[in-house]
Amino acid sequence: MKHSEEYRDTLLSRQIIKRINTVSRRPIRLMEVCGTHTVSIFRNGIRSVLPETITLISGPGCPVCVTDQSDIDAFIQLARNGKTLIATFGDLMRVPGSGSSLLMEQAEGRNIRMVYSTTDALELARQHPDTNVVFLGVGFETTAPTIAASIISARQMGLKNYFVYTAHKMVPPALEALMNTDGVDIDGFLLPGHVSVIIGVDGYAPFFEKYHLPCAVAGFEPTDILQAILCLAEQIETDAPSLANCYPRAVSAGGNSKAREVMNMVFEPCDAAWRGIGVIPGSGLRIRDEYGAFDAAKQFEIPIIQTVSPKGCACGEILTGKITPLQCPLFKTVCTPVDPVGPCMVSSEGTCAAYYKYN
Amino acid sequence: MCLAIPSKIVSIEGNTAIIDVDGVRRQASLMLLDDIKTGDYVIVHAGYAIHKLDEASALESLELLREAFAQAGD
Repeated sequence: MKHSEEYRDTLLSRQIIKRINTVSRRPIRLMEVCGTHTVSIFRNGIRSVLPETITLISGPGCPVCVTDQSDIDAFIQLARNGKTLIATFGDLMRVPGSGSSLLMEQAEGRNIRMVYSTTDALELARQHPDTNVVFLGVGFETTAPTIAASIISARQMGLKNYFVYTAHKMVPPALEALMNTDGVDIDGFLLPGHVSVIIGVDGYAPFFEKYHLPCAVAGFEPTDILQAILCLAEQIETDAPSLANCYPRAVSAGGNSKAREVMNMVFEPCDAAWRGIGVIPGSGLRIRDEYGAFDAAKQFEIPIIQTVSPKGCACGEILTGKITPLQCPLFKTVCTPVDPVGPCMVSSEGTCAAYYKYN
Repeated sequence: MCLAIPSKIVSIEGNTAIIDVDGVRRQASLMLLDDIKTGDYVIVHAGYAIHKLDEASALESLELLREAFAQAGD
């Protein structure tokens, strides 16, 4: 068993689609929170097989897309200080900051390297003891433990030249913020698969207890997603909201407690600014004082510049599901994957990039 | 981006494993997961194994799903 191909079963998918068509009566809007879900829904043509009653909207689940412009600018300022080597996941490279991007800075000769994992960044720090390596920490609860682990490893290895700039975010506070945002209309959440691997189904319990909105944790294969959509439609039609787990092979009630332990050892919750949503209390993760020696925000002077948001860019409204990319005047006209204006067109899992590629 | 394809553990040395993802071999850290052995399938995120898939329960839930729809005559 490969735990993936089995969930691309055409017969099973057809049966689930048939059931969705039988069950769904009311017009409903379901938000897939995760960017990887957005891409899988497009790639597998899932929208085209759903009844007209079901509208899927994409949420704030692409980490690069929700990173605030001020953080993107801070990354660029860190790259410019001349004494650092910036290590970053690739999808941050082309995100436009206020007048520049990491890719443009790299072209200007700044020392910026794309890495696949923080372990690669640690290796860079080990190989270049005279260079300060700064890893740009962007991601949700899935990624944050890996970055916390790198800080613990750096301490164990005795590295004095490894730093992290953290712009991490957590999903449950964002769900709550969406519920309280004017103009946001959601009947159910397709919850992210791998964030849930870490926080478990229980991680959403406080949110669910408060709002009683239908929720279903979903995997990434077509059968997984269809099954979760069916689950949400059934919950809505029977007026029986629940916090369901449609990805049990990967997600447990309690999640990965070891990963959370590592994350909590290094990070503590803080308020964080999200693109398109604003500051969400308790939704970010900052490095604890005990690990302050590894905190790039504390160890380097980062000039604060006047943030300029891209003019006319609707990424903010798109991230909250208020509009689709097709309603943005820049989409496919001046904003394209080759020359992106906003982050949702840059990242491979950004909503605009997915619409551009598949729609 | 979440890599949804589970990886197979090929070998383990200390806290690092060699994993196989559809024929591609890479290193993965085992710092975030306990009790991993060669042959296990794991979900790997950004170079770290974050979950071990339980073959028996995965087969069982897939079978249950197939039965549920077969019985309904859909």
